[in-house]
Amino acid sequence: MAEIAVASHPIDAVLRRDRLPHIWCPGCGIGAVMACYARAILESGIPLDKHICVSGIGCSARVPGYMNLDTYHTTHGRAIPFATGLKLVNPELQVTVFSGDGDLFAIGGNHFIHAARRNIDINVFCVNNFNYGMTGGQAGPTTPMGSFTTTTPYGNVEPPFNLAALAAACGAVFVARWTALHVRQAQEAMQRAMQKKGFAFVEIVAPCPVSFGKSNDIGEGVDEMWMYRKQCVVNDDADVTKIDVTMGKEAELVVGNFLDIERPAYMGYGKEVLGEA
Amino acid sequence: MAEALLRRPLDGATVHIPRGQVFIIPDRCKGCDFCIDFCPRDVLVESQTTNTKGYHYPVVAPGKDGECANCQFCTIICPEYAIYTEEAQDSPEANPPLAEVSQ
Repeated sequence: MAEIAVASHPIDAVLRRDRLPHIWCPGCGIGAVMACYARAILESGIPLDKHICVSGIGCSARVPGYMNLDTYHTTHGRAIPFATGLKLVNPELQVTVFSGDGDLFAIGGNHFIHAARRNIDINVFCVNNFNYGMTGGQAGPTTPMGSFTTTTPYGNVEPPFNLAALAAACGAVFVARWTALHVRQAQEAMQRAMQKKGFAFVEIVAPCPVSFGKSNDIGEGVDEMWMYRKQCVVNDDADVTKIDVTMGKEAELVVGNFLDIERPAYMGYGKEVLGEA
Repeated sequence: MAEALLRRPLDGATVHIPRGQVFIIPDRCKGCDFCIDFCPRDVLVESQTTNTKGYHYPVVAPGKDGECANCQFCTIICPEYAIYTEEAQDSPEANPPLAEVSQ
């Protein structure tokens, strides 16, 4: 049984086929993460017209352009406020913010903190590739110390954010970290995030071979995937404050669904105080 | 005789090991090798020819016909949505019974 050449794929049902192939580089992990999101949508049991995908600016923020849903590509860093407005106006919607680490944690860092604090009922899926890939590989708030980027030619001297710890500390009710290799687990985490009432955060570490892998002696996208394969440790009970991503050659990369708690979501407050509109 | 001594699960006769059929959309592939490297049964290799973009897309390796177990890992890890598997038409219903194997 040799392979059979065909023209369409099962997840084309939620993709804008006329936009494919997408702009991401060979070896980039964003496509695999978008496939997780597409499959999570198909298996969520929620009608497609209730799913909303919002993004800011960046490589990962191109995802809404390829999803055949109601999608919004907003200004840099402002995906979360936009999503907050959508959710407040129409609480029936399943609002997902899908963006990158720079957009969500540098330009939009304050919005993330306060949306988590308020426990807005949205899902935030962050593709973390440790740099600003679209603009040429500059260092960002998640660039590991010592990493070489175009703006840190002698190695990054700033300590990076630990996104899982940040989300947990700010009040998120569901926090997970997976990699672009852990596609099944990432998809399951996304489905759990969709079911969760409150601010759910899933970080997906993904290779950026052109802007990050090449200058940090990691190699191609598939080499970074092998790095995840060898160095990832699944530990759902890990202390989120102690699981920084260092991307060291021998360092453990702890992944898992770290936090799943209950806390009143912001959505449950309006009608009690204001009554029916 | 040697096969008769192999340990087999007690429910081996009832376990269904599916066989997959690989489908490929060659022109979507960008040659990242994720599917080839991470196929648990090493079913895939790079093609000899290239697609319209100049990449070597995955094909079933010589001699690996019927090895795909339809785990669908390639389906969900492919960043280009260029490969998927489905259960093959002639997928076996169950393993051969123990008695048949030992003969």
